[in-house]
Amino acid sequence: MESTEQPRSISGSMQSPRSPSSQPYLSVSVTDPVKLGNGVQAYISYRVITKTNLPEYQGPEKIVIRRYSDFVWLRDRLFEKYKGIFIPPLPEKSAVEKFRFSAEFIEMRRAALDIFVNRIALHPELRQSEDLRTFLQADEETMDRFRFQETGIFKKPADFMQMFRDVQSKVSDAVLGKEKPVEETTAAYEKLKHYIFELENHLAEAQKHAYRLVKRHRELGQSLLDFGKAVKLLGACEGEPTGKAFSDLGTKSELLSIKLQKEAQQVLMNFEEPLKDYVRYVQSIKATIAERGTAFKQHCELAETTKLKEINLDKLMLTRSDKVGEAEIEYREKARKLRENLRG
Amino acid sequence: MMGSENADGFDETNLNAQRDDMENLDLGVDGDAGGDDPLKKSDVNGDASNSGYRSAMSTLSNVRDPLSAPPTVMIPANSDPLLAPTSYEDFRSFSSKPISSDNSYIEPPSYADVIFSPFDENSDSEINGAEDSSLHSQFSDSLSRSPSSSSSEYIKITVSNPQKEQESSNSIVGGNTYITYQITTRTNLPDFGGPSEFSVRRRFRDVVTLADRLAESYRGFCIPPRPDKSVVESQVMQKQEFVEQRRVSLEKYLRRLSAHPVIRNSDELKVFLQVQGKLPLPMSTDVASRMLDGAVKLPKQLFGEGGASAVPVHEVVQPARGGRDLLRLFKELRQSVSNDWGGSKPPVVEEDKEFLEKKEKMHELEQQIINASQQAESLVKAQQDMGETMGELGLAFIKLTKFENEEASSNAQRIRANDMKNLATAAVKASRFYRELNSQTVKHLDTLHEYLGMMMAVQGAFADRSSALLTVQTLLSELPSLQARVEKLEAASSKVFGGDKSRMRKIEELKETIKVTEDAKNVAIREYERIKENNRSEVDRLDRERRSDFMNMMKGFVVNQVGYAEKMGNVWAKVAEETNQYNREKQSS
Repeated sequence: MESTEQPRSISGSMQSPRSPSSQPYLSVSVTDPVKLGNGVQAYISYRVITKTNLPEYQGPEKIVIRRYSDFVWLRDRLFEKYKGIFIPPLPEKSAVEKFRFSAEFIEMRRAALDIFVNRIALHPELRQSEDLRTFLQADEETMDRFRFQETGIFKKPADFMQMFRDVQSKVSDAVLGKEKPVEETTAAYEKLKHYIFELENHLAEAQKHAYRLVKRHRELGQSLLDFGKAVKLLGACEGEPTGKAFSDLGTKSELLSIKLQKEAQQVLMNFEEPLKDYVRYVQSIKATIAERGTAFKQHCELAETTKLKEINLDKLMLTRSDKVGEAEIEYREKARKLRENLRG
Repeated sequence: MMGSENADGFDETNLNAQRDDMENLDLGVDGDAGGDDPLKKSDVNGDASNSGYRSAMSTLSNVRDPLSAPPTVMIPANSDPLLAPTSYEDFRSFSSKPISSDNSYIEPPSYADVIFSPFDENSDSEINGAEDSSLHSQFSDSLSRSPSSSSSEYIKITVSNPQKEQESSNSIVGGNTYITYQITTRTNLPDFGGPSEFSVRRRFRDVVTLADRLAESYRGFCIPPRPDKSVVESQVMQKQEFVEQRRVSLEKYLRRLSAHPVIRNSDELKVFLQVQGKLPLPMSTDVASRMLDGAVKLPKQLFGEGGASAVPVHEVVQPARGGRDLLRLFKELRQSVSNDWGGSKPPVVEEDKEFLEKKEKMHELEQQIINASQQAESLVKAQQDMGETMGELGLAFIKLTKFENEEASSNAQRIRANDMKNLATAAVKASRFYRELNSQTVKHLDTLHEYLGMMMAVQGAFADRSSALLTVQTLLSELPSLQARVEKLEAASSKVFGGDKSRMRKIEELKETIKVTEDAKNVAIREYERIKENNRSEVDRLDRERRSDFMNMMKGFVVNQVGYAEKMGNVWAKVAEETNQYNREKQSS
């Protein structure tokens, strides 16, 4: 497993004696959440500050305003373009409405988004992504446009075809009694897969208990507070020295309670959140693994189809030559696609 | 697979299984990597029971780390006896006294080792004021409840051995079955004839009788309330749980009685504890038969024919009961109504301002005790939850560690896994500490619940006073009306020449009645004064005892909290130290 440190890209060089321009750096921070809009459409916007000396970027510093769905867009684009690479995970969409704007939730999300972008900026391949540059630099309207293109409900026609073919192959598999095609795999790969799947379970359980522990801290803090108050009241009924002792006990209880709330916060941010981050990361890895499986399946199908076309072509060559041209074109199409897919 | 299966099952219903899990947890006997596990002690033996880990803990606390705070923590630092250096010395001497036989180290003094309390399970010292238990007296003499003169006297009552018995009966159906309990007394009080031990068998009904007789004899006293009669079916009566509950409450009740300096010497109690066979105290008859008794006497009372003399004077001083004293009941009821609603002031008013203030204070105190005991309950629950969750977290990490070790593909993974295991072990230990802390806390804060019972006793004492006052008032207001009747009759009779024989007779009777009523009134007034005095001395005694008990409770509670906080602090500090390198790595990156 990775180390527990939060990755930051090489930003320290700002203060280093070495001149900033000698070392290439890309440093991003996500800050300053602000609630915009009202009612059902209210959302949080974040300020994303980029500091860099890379030539591909427009200048040493750029500040843009982004919202959560922009981050989602970036993640999705990277996931599509960089197949096989583990894309850093995003914090979840919030399930509960009333929690969406609580200070705690917003801060947790901001921190997670910051880590997200920085991991990308650190990644040797991902950092070169054009989409990343767009994300970090485009003005808000451009960004909105990009985002609508992707997250609109109108999927690309290719997606439809793929979905159709998936169903087709599933049905034909069932009808013909074919087993699922075995994935291209090695023993090491299988071991890794198994590891990842199991790891997710363990991490998720640990995270669940960590979250509960935070809750317990808060509850204990609250009950100490109530107890302290009750004890003070009781002390007021008694004379000295009992009364004073009670009231001191009560005061200390109240102090302790405050400490416990602080501790709860610490446990949340420094222990539970990183755990959750790991769970998400593992889930992202699983997604990539799934993609691999899908890609392989597609590959197999294409190979099959190509094979069929080849056979067809040969047949036609022997019988009718007018159809040959057409078939040949189709065949070449398929073969090309196959090669493309193989590369992916 | 471990992880997925248990993911759903980790809720309270699995608690027992988990607790077993944790009990059987091999603290460091995993046999794999991590050979320098400091918990590996030869006496752990794969059995991480309390004793094993306690000796392990002693090793741990031997590592004198800067984090164990000197024991001058939460208690206010003034002339409060709680902080007297003497008490600290007491703690020192205590740490050398092994609490459990495993703790063979003489620890440097710290609260961490002094996490006992006078309510330790080892010392069976329950609520029994004049105990000679050395723990108690060493603890803080100034606060000890035992009056100095009788510090060597003791009386200890145990209730045990419930058995089913059958009422002997001539009917075909056979008698009821009921439960009897064995009541064993060990004492050296002179009243019981020097040091001795004896047992009797009693049933619950006998206890009710005892309580009633005591209430009659000791009016104005704060008599500990007896356990409730339970209105349940006979089926439930015989159930194990119910019987056990009742046994416990009987024991508590009898111990409280014997802790009361006056009641412990009462005849009623002595008889109850000593006399074999049937309890020779007059039973409290049920209302119906008392009604019957009363019905016989009623005509005489109503027509005033020698009725007054049929009621022995000493009974006047008892509160009016249904049945026998119907007439008196009516009269007193009328009096109380006229007290409340009538315009005229009753002849004797509760003028004692002090008393009224005291009553107010007691009421307020009772409210606060109720409140505090409720908050104490939720505190206990919160501590329990914390311990549970901490343990669950530890277990989850242990599983993760095991998993990582099994599937590790690099050595770095194994090293990290080992560090994780230390964390997990610390969490499990902390969870055990919470459990222990909680069971001690419960014992301490139980004092609050105890005193709720005592507040009821105080109310009883005040009620005695009120009813005695009512009796006085009733009698006082009767006298004038009786007088008036005599005067009327005398006036009428004097008009008849030679005297009116029947009227003369009536006058004589009335004068008799007046005399008896006068006597009764004097007795009633004396009784009232006596009860007032009882009230006062009892309330004072109660205040003193309550204050000292509360002090002890707080002290014990705080010592506990501090001790366990230290222990937990040590554990976490050690883990922090062991995993310090990650912090250094992070800072340097």
